[in-house]
Amino acid sequence: MLDRIYKAQNLISEACKKQGRAINIMEVCGTHTVAIFRSGIRATLPEGLNLLSGPGCPVCVTDQSYIDTVLELADKSDVLIATYGDMIRVPGHGGSLETRQPANNVKVVFSSQDAIQIAKDNSDKTVIFLAVGFETTAPATGVIVMQAAREKIENFCILSGHKLVVPAMRALLSGKNDKIDAFLCPGHVSVIIGYGAYEEIVRDFKRPCVVAGFEPIQIIEGLAEICHQLVEGAAETKSIYKAAVTEKGNLKAQQIISECFEAADGYWRGLGKIDKSTLKLKDKYSRFDAYQRYNITETPHAELEGCRCGEVLCGLIRPPECSLFGKKCTPQSPVGPCMVSSEGTCAAYYKYGTRRKKS
Amino acid sequence: MRNTDAPKILLAHGDGGLLSDELIRKTILPHLAKEMPSELNDAARLELSSKSICFTTDSYVVKPLFFNGGDIGKLAVCGTVNDLAVSGARPLALSLSFIIETGLEIELFEKILESIKKAAEENEISIVTGDTKTVEAGAADKIFINTAGIGIRLGEADLGFSKIRAGDKVLLSGTIGDHGMTIISQREGIKFETEMNSDCAGIAKLTCKLLESIKGIKFMRDPTRGGLAATLNEISKQTGLSIEIDQNLISINPTVQAAADVLGLDVLGVANEGKFVAIVSAESADDCVKICRQHPLGKEASIIGTILETQDVPVVEMITKIGGRRIVQMPYGLELPRIC
Repeated sequence: MLDRIYKAQNLISEACKKQGRAINIMEVCGTHTVAIFRSGIRATLPEGLNLLSGPGCPVCVTDQSYIDTVLELADKSDVLIATYGDMIRVPGHGGSLETRQPANNVKVVFSSQDAIQIAKDNSDKTVIFLAVGFETTAPATGVIVMQAAREKIENFCILSGHKLVVPAMRALLSGKNDKIDAFLCPGHVSVIIGYGAYEEIVRDFKRPCVVAGFEPIQIIEGLAEICHQLVEGAAETKSIYKAAVTEKGNLKAQQIISECFEAADGYWRGLGKIDKSTLKLKDKYSRFDAYQRYNITETPHAELEGCRCGEVLCGLIRPPECSLFGKKCTPQSPVGPCMVSSEGTCAAYYKYGTRRKKS
Repeated sequence: MRNTDAPKILLAHGDGGLLSDELIRKTILPHLAKEMPSELNDAARLELSSKSICFTTDSYVVKPLFFNGGDIGKLAVCGTVNDLAVSGARPLALSLSFIIETGLEIELFEKILESIKKAAEENEISIVTGDTKTVEAGAADKIFINTAGIGIRLGEADLGFSKIRAGDKVLLSGTIGDHGMTIISQREGIKFETEMNSDCAGIAKLTCKLLESIKGIKFMRDPTRGGLAATLNEISKQTGLSIEIDQNLISINPTVQAAADVLGLDVLGVANEGKFVAIVSAESADDCVKICRQHPLGKEASIIGTILETQDVPVVEMITKIGGRRIVQMPYGLELPRIC
C-alpha cells in the first residue's frame, strides 16, 4: 500500500510545482474531513495543496432556524423528539436539546427505524423525527414515512432538514467561493446519486469532480487524480471508489427519495437560500410533515454572535482563524455546529489538527 | 418465553427482615462463600501481611447486564481488581454491594453471583463483606453493583506520574476497544459476521509478574472509559511531557475497527476492561514485552510509543499508518454511556 501512497504523493507534488500556484481542493463530505484528519493526510501533502473542508456535515449546514424550531417543538409536553446523536448538542437561541429542561423527551436513535418504533411504543405522544442529512440518509427517512402511511402510524411526523449536495456545490462556485479548483466528492452520497450527478458541475464550471472512498489510500489517490486533471487542463467526473459508486447510483434509493420528497428552495448555514436544494415531503405525505402539522414557516434566523461556522463551511476561512476557536468554542462547550458534530470541520481541527511541526 | 411466575426480588428482600436474611443465607452465600460463616458480622476482620495497602472502589451499571465475554458480575470483580493491579498491588479482599430493582428474577441474580464467584476465584481475591439494598421498580435499572478492594502493595512497585521521564516507552498490553465496541454493538443490535467479545478480565497476575520480574516500571493505568486516548492524555497532562505513538504498533481487532467505523467512533477513545498501559524505562522495554507475551492476557503486548520533552504545549501525537501525523485528544466522553 505504501508504494501506491508514495506514487500518488509524487504525482501531487509534481502537479503543485507545474501549476505554479496553490491548488485548492474542497472535500464535500464530513466523513472525508474526519478521515483526512484521523489518518494525518494533511501532514503528508506538499505546501502548494490546500484542502478546504466544505459543507459536508449535515448537522453543520442545518440553518439556525431549524435548530430553534426543534427547541420550540421539544417544549411541547405531548411530543417526543427522535434524533441522531449529533443534533442534541447544537446550540440554538436559548440552549440545546441537551441542556434544556426537562430533557427527558429527547430520544437519540441510531437509525430511522428506531424512530418509528418509538412512535409505536408511545401512542400517547407525537414522535417528531429530526430528518437531517444528505441523499445518504434521505432514503432511510423515506422508508419510514412510507411505513407510517402504510401502517397508519399517525402519531409520527418528520421535520425534514434533508439537503442535496450538488445544488450546494453550484452555490459555492456561483459566488460564495470561486477559489475552489476541484471537488473531492462524497463517497456515501455518491453511492446513492452516482458519479454522473456531478456532470453538471464539470459542464457548467469546468471543475474536476472525483469520488473517493474513505481509506487514506483512496483519498490520496483521489487527490492525485484531481491534480492530474488540473495539470492536463481537464475537468471530468470520475469515481475511484469503484467498489461502491456507479455512474447512475442506487436507483432503488433514488426511487424512494422521489416517491416521498420533492426538491424545494431552502436555507443553509453559511450559504443562505439555495434554489431546489432541500427535500420537502410531497403533498401525499403532508400529514407526516411536522412543518404542516405545527404550522411552521421557515425563515432564516440570525446565526449566533461571533460564530463563523458559515465561512468555515464555504471554505473561506480555516477554523483557527475564528476568534472563538479553541477558546470560547470547544467540543466541551461548543458555540457553533461545526464544533458539535463529530463530522464538523472545527471539531476535526480541534481534535486531530497537528500543533507541532513535522520533525 | 420468559417465565412470569419465576421468583423475583421484592422490596422486602432489602429491608433487613426475614426475607433479607433468607436472600443472604440461601441465595448469596451459597454462591460466594467457600464455607458458610458461623456468624454474619457487620464488618470483616482482616489480618494483613503488610502496612502498605492499596484501597479502591468502583460502581458498575453496565447495560446490557450480560454481554459477549462477560457480565456485570465479572466486570464488578475484574474492574476493581484491575484498579488495584495498576496501582502495583496484589488484590486481597473485596467488598460487594448490590442495589437491586424489584422485579429482577432471582435466577438472573444467581447467574450474576455465579459469575462473581468464578471471577473472584480466578483472580484469587476473597469476597469478605457485602450488602444488598432493593429499590422500587424504576429507581434503578435491574441491578447496580459496587465493589471496593484492598490489595497489598508489592515492595517492588514504586509507581507514579512523577517517575516518568522523556525517553521512557509506552507499553500497551493488547488490542484496544474490544469492551466498548462489544457493549455498544450489542446494545444497539448491530451485528457483524465475526463476533466481538469484551476483553473483560483481571490483569493482576500479569502486572504482579511484571513488577516482580523487572525494574524500571514507572507507571501503570487500565485504559477503561475514554480508552487509550484518555489514559495517554492524562499522563501527558500530569507530567507536562508529550507522547508520540505509532498507529502501526497498536493492535485493533478488525471487527472492532469495522464496528467503530460504522458508528463513526475513534477506537482510541473506546473503553477496555482487561488491558493496561505501562510507562517503562527504555532499557527495560524489551524485557517487559517479553514477559507480557508469555501471559495469555498479554500475548499482543507491544511498545507503542515514547515519552518526549514538550516543545510547546504537552500533546499526545500519533504517527498514522500512511506516515502522517495527528493529535490524539482527550475524548469528550458522550458517545458511550453505561459501558461499565
